[in-house]
Amino acid sequence: MPASLVTALIGLADDHLILGHRLSEWCGHAPMLEEDLAMPNIALDLIGQARALYSYAGELEGAGRDEDALAFGRLERAYRNLLICELPNGDFAHTMLRQFYFASFMQLFWQAAEQSADATLAAIAAKAVKEAEYHRRHCAQWVIRLGDGTDESVRRMAEAVALLAPYTGEFFIADQDTCDVIAGGILPDTQTLQPAWQADVEQVFAEARLVPPKDVYAQKGGRRGVHTEAMGHLLAQLQFMQRSFPDMTW
Amino acid sequence: MSEAEEIPLWEVFIRPRNGLAHRHCGSLHAADAEMALQAARDVYTRRGEGLSVWVTPSAQIVASDPQDRGSLFDPAEDKIYRHPSFYEIPDDVGHM
Repeated sequence: MPASLVTALIGLADDHLILGHRLSEWCGHAPMLEEDLAMPNIALDLIGQARALYSYAGELEGAGRDEDALAFGRLERAYRNLLICELPNGDFAHTMLRQFYFASFMQLFWQAAEQSADATLAAIAAKAVKEAEYHRRHCAQWVIRLGDGTDESVRRMAEAVALLAPYTGEFFIADQDTCDVIAGGILPDTQTLQPAWQADVEQVFAEARLVPPKDVYAQKGGRRGVHTEAMGHLLAQLQFMQRSFPDMTW
Repeated sequence: MSEAEEIPLWEVFIRPRNGLAHRHCGSLHAADAEMALQAARDVYTRRGEGLSVWVTPSAQIVASDPQDRGSLFDPAEDKIYRHPSFYEIPDDVGHM
């Protein structure tokens, strides 16, 4: 069990680190000051969640890897994040829709994980669920306003829906490496979360006058370390400091 | 139209603790009330400043005209007896 739990925790932490990093790229570039604070706020929450998960994974693994070693010291194929987390930001509509998809999923995930048989994970979930709830609310509001907004925002939001459609299926694909962690009641089975996630998306899309995508082939591979072209470029930036000055602190 | 003209301005009031009143702390742009509340949370409560947030459209605030300062405020100047400085306030009262 510990080995597969470590693997599962690292995958979950990678989701949060990589998406948090992507979101932080907006810092200083947001369309308005208010969002310039809101997006890095969300990014910091995600990176905080990643830290808690990496630290716990390193502790369970017992191989002397701390959160920094796990976050910055691995090669691309060792990262197990979902592909949706590493996609380039695109425009503001694309970023907000992706963040809504992820936050809606994570809110359900953390709610379920609060009942985890593992006390540390239950505690991480109890803190994270409040953050995810806020992220979901904030991003859903933007999806609604852009989807039901001006000609330009409607067009951009519809493009974002089409571009992201292949990447949401991976939320719910069973991961062979970590299925005993789910069977042990330590982490939620994401397949059971799909109906609630679907309902949430449909409700927001209805308000946003957006058409939900149908029958789209789900891209997968992130959980096996098979990434998109964007991942290497992202890691080059993310890891630069630790690669250049190993074990540096400030 | 510039962005500032399209997106309305809101005034933000934060209540730092129970028992204190909401205080004006600044303004921000937001498309509507719900977004204004969220932006206020992100912009003005980053360091745990608040327990409660109010936002109100800036256009809804009626302000006194600076030119009326004399007639509005000067008459209070020589009425020193209105200041409660002749009383001892017990410590237990706390904030008034």
